[in-house]
Amino acid sequence: MSLTPADTPQPTAISVRRKIPLSLIVGGLIVGLHLLAGILTILWTPYEPTAMVGGRLAEPSIAHWAGTDRLGRDLFTQILIGARIALEVGSGAVLVGAGIGITLGTLAAFATRTLDDVFAAAFDILIAFPTLLVAMLIVTASQTASLFTAVLAIGIAGSAIIARLTRILVKRVLSMDYIVAARVAGSSWPSIVFVHVLPNIWPTLIVNLALQFGLAAMAESSLSYLGLGAPPPNASWGRLLQEAQGTVYTAPFGAIAPGLALVTLVIGMNLLADGLRAFADPTRRRSR
Amino acid sequence: MSFIQVENLSFRYDQTRTIIEDLSLSLEKGRNLGIVGESGSGKTTLLRLLLGLAQPSAGSISIDGQVLDTKNWQFMRDFRRRVQAVFQDPYSSLDPRQAIFDIVAEPLRALKIDVDVAKAVAEAATAVGLPADAAQRYPHEFSGGQRQRIAIARAIVARPDLVLADEVVSALDLSTRILIVDLLKALSTSVTFVVVSHDIALVALLCPDIAIMEKGRIVESGPTEHVLSNPVHPYTRRLLASTPRLP
Repeated sequence: MSLTPADTPQPTAISVRRKIPLSLIVGGLIVGLHLLAGILTILWTPYEPTAMVGGRLAEPSIAHWAGTDRLGRDLFTQILIGARIALEVGSGAVLVGAGIGITLGTLAAFATRTLDDVFAAAFDILIAFPTLLVAMLIVTASQTASLFTAVLAIGIAGSAIIARLTRILVKRVLSMDYIVAARVAGSSWPSIVFVHVLPNIWPTLIVNLALQFGLAAMAESSLSYLGLGAPPPNASWGRLLQEAQGTVYTAPFGAIAPGLALVTLVIGMNLLADGLRAFADPTRRRSR
Repeated sequence: MSFIQVENLSFRYDQTRTIIEDLSLSLEKGRNLGIVGESGSGKTTLLRLLLGLAQPSAGSISIDGQVLDTKNWQFMRDFRRRVQAVFQDPYSSLDPRQAIFDIVAEPLRALKIDVDVAKAVAEAATAVGLPADAAQRYPHEFSGGQRQRIAIARAIVARPDLVLADEVVSALDLSTRILIVDLLKALSTSVTFVVVSHDIALVALLCPDIAIMEKGRIVESGPTEHVLSNPVHPYTRRLLASTPRLP
């Protein structure tokens, strides 16, 4: 049963090489820097975050890289701690959102038609509510504002988007012939989900999770800005922005510095997401 | 006793839409059977029923005298080992994120067949004429014909008795078709194929027996040569007349 077909390519004709996308490098560097800053604050900060160490509303200087706030506290220290809080809330919220969203989305895709319609409608209704509003409701309902409620609130609010996306992605994969082939090959449904469905949806999913991460970091800042996030003296970027609001004309750097930190983290996450997707997708690997 | 025995099989979606109606056929080991019919004749549904992917509304399918029971987990494991399939579209029938090795090894792993997986996969890959370095590569690196070879390797790796082939060459270009038909012919010495197709010429090349399907029924069946040289049913005649011939 040995055949030498004409359409056999030469074994050396194509060799495959994984090229690391630029966006992955840049995004990884930016997010890595934030991560490093966040981890650093657990061990060491330039100043005590609550200590009044300089003049009020000082300009950036060698001693105070981002200046000081209106109580004379070092802003750079607070921004570093803000990075930790943003990353904690971001990863926590994405974990909560992905856990709920991926589970519900996959269940919906496997459900009977009627149940699937109910799921789909529920996701759509939830998405219609602004994330921040849902998060505010949850924080208000729990009667306390803490990092934990912020994580839970932002995670739950974002889970509907992940659930809807997961449902569509899973349904698309389930309609492929390779799923039928897997059933004929004897694979069970759980192993089909883990071997065929999840690997085929995660590149798209990861992009959205990273996007959600950025949104969650922003939502945390918004909640803190409104006084519903981490309570003072936690130096959330949102709280820094809110405090700088009154003096934004006299000391603009108090708003610019935390704003910049937030924007770069979100951009970094988006770049990282895009790079990861390009890297993970075998059809996008360069062949030479 | 026939290897596969289909008795009075019916399949309908509801009271009005009948896809397969009172269909009976039998299949012997070692004698390829071609099932020919136009689009919508119920070929693919029959195949799904034969694979245990859908439940018949009435009638039964038996293998070696045992009735196909999709709810019996242990029976189905044995059944899957003996009956495999190749699908029409080699682009969607291979998981784009699995390396060829894992694709071909899937039946062995899923059915927990106690063999040397690497050796069995290598043998199947050789049997279908895949290049030696194919195992670690991904489906998108292969042409349509090569992909269909991969799908065939997956179907034969567990050494089944029967492989159901649904329009296996219709997505391929003409010269590749000939190579795949040759391959199926070569493999026919060890596996029995049920070739489902709208293409009478393909079936004639591969199958000593033929069954003509129209609107969910078998209207004519028997040895291929006999049916083609002396078609009795008007539908068979029409089908033969509409087959384009190469000069």
